[in-house]
Amino acid sequence: MSTDTQAPEKVARIGESSGERLRRVLSSRVASLVALVIAVLWTIPTAGLFISSLRPDDDIRTSGWWNFFADPGSISLYNYNYVLYSDSQGGGLIRNLINTIVITIPGVLVPVAFAALAAYALSWINFKGRNLLYVGIFALQVVPLQMALIPLLSIFSRGLHIGGVTVMPAWELDGVNTIVQVWIAHSIFGLPLAIFLLHNFMRELPSDVMEAARIDGASHSQIFRKVVLPLVTPALASIAIFQFLWVWNDFLVGRTFAPGEATRPLTAVLGDMAGTWGFGWTRLPAAAFIAIIVPLVVFLLLQRYFVRGLLAGSVKG
Amino acid sequence: MDISAYLDRFGLLAVGLVAFIAILLALYGLAELASRRDRSRAVAFVFLTPAVLFLLIGLVYPALRTIVMSFFNADGTAFVGMENYSWAVTDPDALQILINTALWIIIVPLVSTALGLVYAVLIDGRAGERTYKALVFLPMGISFVGASIIWKFVYQYSGTGGNQIGLLNAVLVNLGIPPVNWLNEAPWNNFLLMVVLVWIEVGFATVVLSAALKGVPIEMIEAARIDGAKPSQIFWSITVPSIRSAILVVAVTVFIATLKLFDIVRAMTQGHHKTDVLAHNMVEQAFRLNNDGRGATLAVLLFLLVVPVVIYQVRNMRRQELEAR
Repeated sequence: MSTDTQAPEKVARIGESSGERLRRVLSSRVASLVALVIAVLWTIPTAGLFISSLRPDDDIRTSGWWNFFADPGSISLYNYNYVLYSDSQGGGLIRNLINTIVITIPGVLVPVAFAALAAYALSWINFKGRNLLYVGIFALQVVPLQMALIPLLSIFSRGLHIGGVTVMPAWELDGVNTIVQVWIAHSIFGLPLAIFLLHNFMRELPSDVMEAARIDGASHSQIFRKVVLPLVTPALASIAIFQFLWVWNDFLVGRTFAPGEATRPLTAVLGDMAGTWGFGWTRLPAAAFIAIIVPLVVFLLLQRYFVRGLLAGSVKG
Repeated sequence: MDISAYLDRFGLLAVGLVAFIAILLALYGLAELASRRDRSRAVAFVFLTPAVLFLLIGLVYPALRTIVMSFFNADGTAFVGMENYSWAVTDPDALQILINTALWIIIVPLVSTALGLVYAVLIDGRAGERTYKALVFLPMGISFVGASIIWKFVYQYSGTGGNQIGLLNAVLVNLGIPPVNWLNEAPWNNFLLMVVLVWIEVGFATVVLSAALKGVPIEMIEAARIDGAKPSQIFWSITVPSIRSAILVVAVTVFIATLKLFDIVRAMTQGHHKTDVLAHNMVEQAFRLNNDGRGATLAVLLFLLVVPVVIYQVRNMRRQELEAR
C-alpha cells in the first residue's frame, strides 16, 4: 500500500475551523467503519465454508463453524480426501474434477483462437460486407444462450436438416465422447464476446505499423502472426481468463450437453447436490472448495488482466 | 488414485487438441497461400470461416428455431399459435415466475450498483484501497454454484430445538428470536437468493466504478469544497453525473446477468417454494418436463427482455461517441 494515502483526514486543511475539521474526521471515521463492515461481511461466508470443510463430519452436523475456534485441533483434510477418492456416496469427485479440466482446456483455447482469426479479418482486411458482418456478430451478444439450448442439443443428437436436405448428420456421441459437445457449445457461446473484445483491441493498433509491414511485403497471415498477435497478447490473456472462469464455473452448459453421471463437470454435480441437499451434505464444503480454489487462484494471480478486460469490455462499450 | 480409469478422458483431450491444432495449421496454410497471391478476400474468408460457421449453426439457426418452436406444442408436432404465450401470462405458476423475475431484474442491478458505488466512494484514496477492493471483488471468481453453497450454509436451519449451525439463525437465537427456515419462507426467500447474486456483482460494480472515479477531475471537487459544498452535495452533483455512463454500463451488465440467472435458483431451492425465475424454469420446461414449446417460449421472453436494454445501451454509446467528436 502506498504511504501517501495514509489517513489524509488527520491533516488540517487551510481555512478550516476546528469544528469543521472534527466533523470531517468523524465522518471519515464513519466511512472507514462502513467500508470495514462491508469488507468483513463480504468475506465471512467464504471463510465459514472453508473452516467447515476442514472440520469432522459430526462437528459440521452439530455445531456452527465458529465453534472451531474453541477446538482448533480437530481440523483435518479428511473431507477433501473423502470427496475426491472415496467409493462411497458423495465421493469419487476426482472423476468430475478431471471432466472439468478436460472440458476447460479446449473450451478456452478454441474460441479464443477462432475469435482472434475472425477479429483480425474484421479489423484489418478490406472486403465487401465487412461492417455488416461485424454488426451481426456484435448483435449476437444479445442472444441469451437459452435461445440456443434446445435446438443445439437436437442438432447434436439428430443432425441438422433444412427442408429435407441434410446439412449435418447426427453425431451420435455417447459416454465420455459427449464432452466434445460441451467443447463446441462453450466455443460457440464464447465467440461473440471474444470477437467483440478482440476487435476493439485490434482496431486500436496504430495503422502506420500495419502499413509499414504491408510495404515491407508482409502478407496478411504474416502480419497476423508476427505483428498483431504479439501486440494483443494482454488482450488475449484477459479474454482467456474470462472464458476460463466462465467455462470452469459453468453449470448449465455442462449438465445440458454432457448429462451423464460420469461425464458431468464438477460444478454440475455440486449444483445438483446442493439443490437436493440430501445425504452427505456435510461433504459439500470440501467439495465446493475444490471447485472454487482453482479459479480463485487464477483470478487472484491474473487479476490485473481480468480487470483490464472488464474495463475495456464494459466502459469502452 | 488409479489414473488409468480416466485415460479415456485424457485420450479424448489429446485427440481433440491434436485435431484443433491441425485445423489451425490448415487454416493458416490456406491463408498463407491466398496471401501470396494477394487475395485479401480469400484470406478474410479463411480467417472468418470457423467463427462464422460456429455462430450460424450454433447460435443463429438455433435461435430462429427456438422462435418457431415457441408456437408449437410440447413435442413440436402441432402448431398451437399463441397458446404457450398465453400460458406464460395467465397460468398462476407461470405468473409467479414472471413476478419473481421482475423483482430480480429490478432489485439486483439497483442494489449491486448502489452498493458498489457507495463502497467505491468510501474506499477511494483510502489506505489499503487495493485490499478493500480485492476482498469484495473475490466472489467474482467464485461460481454461482459455489456461492450458492456458501450462502446455503449461512441460511441453514437446524430445527427449532437444536444448535443452529447456520450463521443467520445462530445470530437470531443469540438475540432470543426463534430460528427461521429461511429458504422455505415465500416471498422472503426470493430476497435471500438475490443476496447471493448481489454478493457476487457488487465486486464487479466496485471495480468498474472505482476506475471511473479516478477520472473525475479533482479540481472540480476541490473547488466545490472551497465553495462550502457538503460531501453529499459533491456526491450527487459532481461525482454521480461525471461517472453517469459507467454507472449505466454496470447496471445494464448486472441486469443482463440477472435475467439469465439459472444456477443460484437451481442450487438453492430448485425453484421450489415460489422462487422460480424465467431462465431456470425455461430449462425445467425443456429438459425435465419435456415441454419444448413452453421452454422455447420462455427463452423468447428472455430474449425480448434483453433487446430493449441493449438497444438503449448502444444508442447511448453512439451519442457519446458523437459528442466526443
